[in-house]
Amino acid sequence: MTGANGFSVSGYGPERAGWTRMFARDSVARRLDWPILLSALSLSLIGSVLVFSATRNRTVINQGDPYYFLVRHLMNTGIGLALMIGTVWLGHRALRNAVPVLYGLSVLGILLVLTPLGSTVNGAHSWIVLGGGFSLQPSEFVKVTIILGMAMLLAARVDAGDKPYPDHRTVLQALGLAAVPMLIVLLMPDLGSVMVMVIIVLGVLLASGASNRWVFGLIGAGALGAVAVWQLHILDEYQINRFAAFANPDLDPAGVGYNTNQARIAIGSGGLTGSGLFHGSQTTGQFVPEQQTDFVFTVAGEELGFVGAGLIIALLGVVLWRACRIARETTELYGTIVAAGVVAWFAFQSFENIGMTLGIMPVTGLPLPFVSYGGSSMFAIWVAVGLLQSIRVQRPMSA
Amino acid sequence: MTNIPETGRTPRVQIRLVVIQILVLSLLGTLGGRLWYLQIREGAEYAKEASGNHVQRVVQPAVRGSILDARGVPLADNETRLVVSASRTDLLKQKDDGKAVLTKLAGVLGMDPQDVMLKVRLCDAKTPQPCWNGSPYQPIPITDEATPKQALQIRERSEDFPGITAEPEAVRRYPAPGKANTAQVLGYLSPVTDDEIQAAQDTDSPYLRSDQVGRSGLEREYDRELRGKAGVTRYEVDNLGRVIGQAEADPAQPGANLVTSIDARVQRIAEYELNEAMKTARQQWDRVTGEKYKADSGAVVVMEAKTGRIVAMASNPTYDPNAWVGGISAKDYAKLTGKDSNYPLLNRATQGQSAPGSTFKVISTAAAVEAGYPFDGRYPCTSSYSVGNQVFKNFESENFGPISLGRALEVSCDTVFYGLAHKEWQRDGGITPKKNANDYFFKAAHQFGLGKETGIDLPNEVTGRVPDRQWKQRFWQANKDAWCKQGKKDGTYVEKIAYENCLEGNRMRAGDEINYSIGQGDTLVTPIQMATIYAAISNGGTLYNPTIGKAVVSPDGRTVTEIKPKSHGRLPISAATRDQMDEALAGVATRGTAAWRFAQVGWPQDKIPMHAKTGTAEVYGKQTTSWFATYTKDYAIVMTISQGGTGSGASGPAVRNIYDALYGVTDTGSIDRSKALLPSPQKGLPKIKTDGTITSPKVAKDPAKDARAYQEGATAPDEQQPGATTASPAAANRDTRRRRKTPRRGSRRKLT
Repeated sequence: MTGANGFSVSGYGPERAGWTRMFARDSVARRLDWPILLSALSLSLIGSVLVFSATRNRTVINQGDPYYFLVRHLMNTGIGLALMIGTVWLGHRALRNAVPVLYGLSVLGILLVLTPLGSTVNGAHSWIVLGGGFSLQPSEFVKVTIILGMAMLLAARVDAGDKPYPDHRTVLQALGLAAVPMLIVLLMPDLGSVMVMVIIVLGVLLASGASNRWVFGLIGAGALGAVAVWQLHILDEYQINRFAAFANPDLDPAGVGYNTNQARIAIGSGGLTGSGLFHGSQTTGQFVPEQQTDFVFTVAGEELGFVGAGLIIALLGVVLWRACRIARETTELYGTIVAAGVVAWFAFQSFENIGMTLGIMPVTGLPLPFVSYGGSSMFAIWVAVGLLQSIRVQRPMSA
Repeated sequence: MTNIPETGRTPRVQIRLVVIQILVLSLLGTLGGRLWYLQIREGAEYAKEASGNHVQRVVQPAVRGSILDARGVPLADNETRLVVSASRTDLLKQKDDGKAVLTKLAGVLGMDPQDVMLKVRLCDAKTPQPCWNGSPYQPIPITDEATPKQALQIRERSEDFPGITAEPEAVRRYPAPGKANTAQVLGYLSPVTDDEIQAAQDTDSPYLRSDQVGRSGLEREYDRELRGKAGVTRYEVDNLGRVIGQAEADPAQPGANLVTSIDARVQRIAEYELNEAMKTARQQWDRVTGEKYKADSGAVVVMEAKTGRIVAMASNPTYDPNAWVGGISAKDYAKLTGKDSNYPLLNRATQGQSAPGSTFKVISTAAAVEAGYPFDGRYPCTSSYSVGNQVFKNFESENFGPISLGRALEVSCDTVFYGLAHKEWQRDGGITPKKNANDYFFKAAHQFGLGKETGIDLPNEVTGRVPDRQWKQRFWQANKDAWCKQGKKDGTYVEKIAYENCLEGNRMRAGDEINYSIGQGDTLVTPIQMATIYAAISNGGTLYNPTIGKAVVSPDGRTVTEIKPKSHGRLPISAATRDQMDEALAGVATRGTAAWRFAQVGWPQDKIPMHAKTGTAEVYGKQTTSWFATYTKDYAIVMTISQGGTGSGASGPAVRNIYDALYGVTDTGSIDRSKALLPSPQKGLPKIKTDGTITSPKVAKDPAKDARAYQEGATAPDEQQPGATTASPAAANRDTRRRRKTPRRGSRRKLT
């Protein structure tokens, strides 16, 4: 990759060796955002326990090995950590040069999904099965490349000092860049991911300083798009049913409302301290479908209670709070936009995921960052954490 | 490269970033708030919903306790039947919901596949029977009559029959040892109703849907003890109903066994003799109505005189209690309860009531003594007694001149009691009674326990009736409108009676009290009341609550709760009066109205003093009711046959035969203790083994036949048909006399 060796932590100061250099005042390790890293790691580890609790009895999907999902979740977390380290090592600026390539690859990935290579899981045709039990969900990586691509376009002239804000042409280009993969994902149809991307675009535009007209225009366009999607019958019946069940939770509790109902019963029955890990009857009885992925929060709600579930929300809060600070404190607009995009992504996906288990959002197939089981999502999220760390590491110490 | 000047930082971006940060935090705050609402505020509600989600109860029915006779012979127990059941949960896991398996099963069992499918469907409002109304997690019985071969076929090829089990299960059985069916005493079971489940829900012995509940007799009276406690296992199930763990398990506790004072052999003899007596009576000509006696129902009670325990209690018509096992068929049900059924479910000994006839005279005698008439006084026994223009005849005896009360009992002289009752009626103020009338005759009846339950441990005992002033007033209030409408001064007999009743039916008229004194008129008693009274005369005056239950033995045999005899009063007679009465009643058996059933036909009166009183009650529009009340120092036996003729005539031979069997007496009067079934009442309980089982002796195939064979001597053991078939219908049985020392059994009731 280009510019891989151009990365350096500091251009001055004596070269130190080994541990001393690692923990020197200006070293990478010292400058990492440890609260984000530790919170993210905690969330992933909590996630692994919850995933284990949800799957140890599900013999149909765990292939007879109760630890199947636990091991894989930990493996995914490890790979995610490595990806983060790689991202920090490369640096978000260096990655900027690679954006065209990454963007191209990710769009190619989602295009492949539409070919016979792709496969459908839970109604969403958004997977490429690699064999050996591995599969990829390219739309997860598109979220990263949309952020990087838009940030690259929007920040280019501002960071160069030419303009205070991105001009209309640049904004249009950036929107076009985001629109292409979004349309493809919409065809899958993976409505949840499209919704996340719309929010990411909104966050990116806000942070770029683009004029208010664009921001409100985009919100209006989003609303229009929703109506269009509805009218053009792009949605499958199951997706319409999810909204119907959200609007009226008592509707057909054995049918479309089943998920939300059972999820709410699971969380509600947890009380203050929960039934104890591995002792949740809703979880053990497999009353909540997709509990290791989209509904993983219900395991926390039932078995760990308000204390445990609240801790997950608090840890997400730490990640988002620190990410917002990173966005505010970095000096270059590129970093600000990337950080804001990641904030918008994490915040919306967390809110939507937890919100749907609590019955305040409609059901969509979105994983809870760090906690839900799922390789592609885990990798993309850790890459995003890497981006946040890189932005933080490369800002001046004085800031 | 690192020190980039702060060119890109503009206020607009800064402000927007702060807005984003606030927005993000408020979203998280929303989540936290909602989480608090669900888990803390509404948590209890959801926890309840969750527990309902995944706990299923599976019930193991408790084995019902046995009902045993005094020697441990089971009168009601459980038999093991091979029950083939299907588990719905297992069937539903199969591709075609188990249709193929059920069809195959129907083939093995020789049933229609359609019937089998209908049996395993669940009942709901729209589904008619057959359907399963128990828990869907309970195995559903397909048949309880599988042969061992069929069960083997199912078990050996269990892989061909997933979800099907063939297990031995306990089913209620009434084995009728020695042909003693004891139907009305035992009662029967039927499935619990929804209302009963509701009502018993919060008590400490709630019903289960699969429960059978005792509906009458001992099965009902001792239902709680016999039923035991069903085992409940609570399984945690997953969303598909698969069991994922066992939450709680209360093992089934079998019901306790009930040891009764019934002796199966005596019971059989009582039932047999009652039936034979009724059959014989039906051959007899009734001169009054001009047709043969109907003998439509009857009862006999054999009671231990010193405790009130019931040794035998037979009611006729009877039925086979096994008809109720496994659900009664509509046809059987109609046969037992229909209009033409003659109600065999009724226990005539406790639920049948009629006027007592002359057996009531012991009460009148006690009342007279209480009223100050000396027992040994001289009272005129005329052939009739007149009050105004009404003539009251001496029905049962002839003109004996002035006789004592004892002799009046012996010969059953009505006019002696007419005179005493009439005198008392006048003393009490006649038609306009004094304020504090003595009412000795009515008071005595109440003190003898009439007009209220004896307290026997059988459900729905009836009270009988003492037609005293209070009753007359109530009865008149209830009926006067009808009487006054129907009554005519110069109409038919019925209309005249109604007219009189309308005018003064609320008053005690001379005729009412006169009729009452000899047990006729409106008085109603039950056989069990009379048995209690005669037992009390025998035992010195204690009125015992009759009991059938003797002890409740826990299933492990460790706890034995004895049911002690309880008394509900004493007869209002002094010891001297009792002795005099006792002597007089012995006189009835030796030289009075019952002598031809005892002393004159070889009863060893010197060894076993017999006391008796006969009774023949008039019932308007029907044939006379036969009453026969007897006692020795050990037992009291009371028998009655509705529309059966006279006391000693219709019931006499049967009662004699029961005594013969109890004491081992033959027709010739010799006693063989080895042939005696119960020369003295059964003391103690049958032997309970350490494992809780109760030993029971063998019972002969038919003790009644054996007893008769022995009583008649070896000459005609196979004689089954009583000789009464040859009886002359021209002779009324009240005029018959038994010939002594006749070798043939039948001739005992042969009419001369």
